[in-house]
Amino acid sequence: MKLNGSEIFVESLKREGVKTIFGIPGGVVLKLFDVLHQQKDVEVILTRHEQGAIHMAEGYGKATGKAGVALVTSGPGMTNIVTGLQDAMMDSVPLVAFTGQVPTNLIGNDAFQEADNIGISRPCTKHNVLVKDVADLAATIKEAFYIANTGRPGPVLVDIPKDVSTESAEFRYPDKVDIRGYRPTVTGNRYQIKQAAGEIMKAKRPVIYVGGGAIFSGAANEVREFAELTQIPLTMTVMGLGAFPGTHPLCMGMLGMHGTYCANMAMHEADLLIAVGARFDDRVTGKLSEFSPRARVIHIDIDPTSIKKNVHAHIPIVGDVKTVLRELVGVLSSMDGNPASVKAQRKPWQKQVSEWSARHPLAYQQEGKKETKPQYVIEKAYELTKHKAIVVTDVGQHQMWAAQYFRGAQQRTFLTSGGLGTMGFGFPAAIGAQKAYPNKTVLCITSEGSFQMNLQELAVAAIYKLPVKIILLNNQFHGMVRQWQDLFYEGRYASSDLGATPDFVKLAEAYGILGLHSDGPADVEAVLKEGLKHKGPVLMNFAIDRFENCYPMIPAGGAHHEMVLEDPPHMKTTRKGARKKGEDADAVLPA
Amino acid sequence: MEHIISVLVENKAGVLARVAGLFSARNYNIESLSVAPTPDSTISMITIVTSGEELIIEQIMKQLNKVIEVLKVVDLTEEDHIDRETALIKIGAKQSHRDEAIRIAQIFRAHIVDSTPQTYTLEVSGDSDKIQAVINLLKPMGIKEIVRTGRIAIARESA
Repeated sequence: MKLNGSEIFVESLKREGVKTIFGIPGGVVLKLFDVLHQQKDVEVILTRHEQGAIHMAEGYGKATGKAGVALVTSGPGMTNIVTGLQDAMMDSVPLVAFTGQVPTNLIGNDAFQEADNIGISRPCTKHNVLVKDVADLAATIKEAFYIANTGRPGPVLVDIPKDVSTESAEFRYPDKVDIRGYRPTVTGNRYQIKQAAGEIMKAKRPVIYVGGGAIFSGAANEVREFAELTQIPLTMTVMGLGAFPGTHPLCMGMLGMHGTYCANMAMHEADLLIAVGARFDDRVTGKLSEFSPRARVIHIDIDPTSIKKNVHAHIPIVGDVKTVLRELVGVLSSMDGNPASVKAQRKPWQKQVSEWSARHPLAYQQEGKKETKPQYVIEKAYELTKHKAIVVTDVGQHQMWAAQYFRGAQQRTFLTSGGLGTMGFGFPAAIGAQKAYPNKTVLCITSEGSFQMNLQELAVAAIYKLPVKIILLNNQFHGMVRQWQDLFYEGRYASSDLGATPDFVKLAEAYGILGLHSDGPADVEAVLKEGLKHKGPVLMNFAIDRFENCYPMIPAGGAHHEMVLEDPPHMKTTRKGARKKGEDADAVLPA
Repeated sequence: MEHIISVLVENKAGVLARVAGLFSARNYNIESLSVAPTPDSTISMITIVTSGEELIIEQIMKQLNKVIEVLKVVDLTEEDHIDRETALIKIGAKQSHRDEAIRIAQIFRAHIVDSTPQTYTLEVSGDSDKIQAVINLLKPMGIKEIVRTGRIAIARESA
């Protein structure tokens, strides 16, 4: 069957089971959009900015575990998705981005809306391909989805010149993919797994440290089985949240810069770390030379480059987390004296962990305060949606509070920009997740700083009736920047005070969606309840304490045991000269 | 320490850029680079001379392996190998220097591949030390230009 390039494109998407793509048309992709327009199987969500499209595709990919898809035009269309590509690269998000390109005979001639899409995206994609011949298009698309979804997932970009989208070729969609240079290791080395089991049985103070790899692998059940069998306390990175129930007695919460006291102390004192799909990011390890100084390290990861990159692994195991954990649990179960003996053996360590947990639990003081504490809003939102919502965050203080207080129970229900820390990710990603799961409650926890970076997508939520519940924690600051300035720059708030924000209720109404506002702690719960009950999208604006800081905090370059647990005394004096606490907390831009 | 890494890659557009970009993005060194086709026209061989501590070299090997179009990565430094580079050296060769230049060429098994009344151009192959030795000996005659290839290497067959 002979089809033109655009028909091949759409047929290929169908074969991949793609139901939704996010994008914006433009000169060189008109034919692709024209063919999409004439069929019903693949829905096109027209976003307001290409960055919105790529983050929506990310949200879709993170929520479902299958590649999200974006389609944008050449030149500015492509350059606008670069942030999302790098974000997906850092967080291993399965994603296929299709970009338009000028006709092949014009490539390199500085044609209108030309950019070197392949050159620009090379370092921020897992793979990218320029399709030079329409006859290669179907196979290229097949490979793109295969590469995006397998191994350590990631973004793949396919660049389609205009003439390739119009010329015809015989359509044959390959059944199988065989790329000789790409064969991810799935099964772990048996000998290494046996060694690991031996170490685990010997360890006195072991910690399981789980990252996003466990979630991409879909290994929540295996993680739980492993932790329960071995009775080892467990901590998660921000990317790993959801891989293990936050309410489980073995769960120590998140670790790292804003991790719990308990998790970080356990990391510092551990004699064995079992890293599961995690990559020892600097926000997790703190000062490398003092990181877990007494621990031996078992490192399970599908990506060999993650192993021994930052921290030495005594027992590296390359493989898919789910597969390796299954094998490991099998070996452990067959060992002598297991698992009954383990329980007794772990008691002293578990006792120590509970002591840490009790000594400095996550805490904030709402009672008796006039202003709303952001943690209070998040905790209430958590209580009202317990284990039923998909939580999508933006980046900054609110992200860390959400990570601390949302004790999720399921994988792929806490979506955040962990590696790149992209402000503006949250709202479009929430739209993408909502599109994937129209009947689930999707919360977008954001702030006035992050939200304003992609608020144009309110139109998409309204037009496509995607009922995202936006919880906007408004302190009129780039809060995390302000926190660092408080702690390390003597309170000089260089360009962190936003001065004023728009009237978010009116803004929501201007887009035809419900806007709600909360002034103080008294109406927080009522606003949340009303917003959650509403059928359509909602923007809930919470005026919060402008000067609340996120603790614990390991100062950059500090070690795990050097956590700061509350505002240090010097901040009281350095804050003079800034806008006073509470002053103008509701400042709105002049009409 | 210096390492010679040979990388078999798909012979496709952009692969060299990907490999080179990987080095610059991660702040790895490239001391020399050589790319050429192999008997299989779909495959090219990239030979990279780099340096770094063991952990860095391990990362380089792994990062190279991760590139989709990379088929095989070998650190030749770890095994017995032969490495060569070629230099073309243009020297000033006045009458008084011409015999000496020919003698040096003979000693190092270099060839004089171009000759004018004022210049000789020598072609010499060998390991880096040998090339450097030739250059040092020719220096007094006045070196006008040197062009060197990147290094290439091959593993020795065990007997």
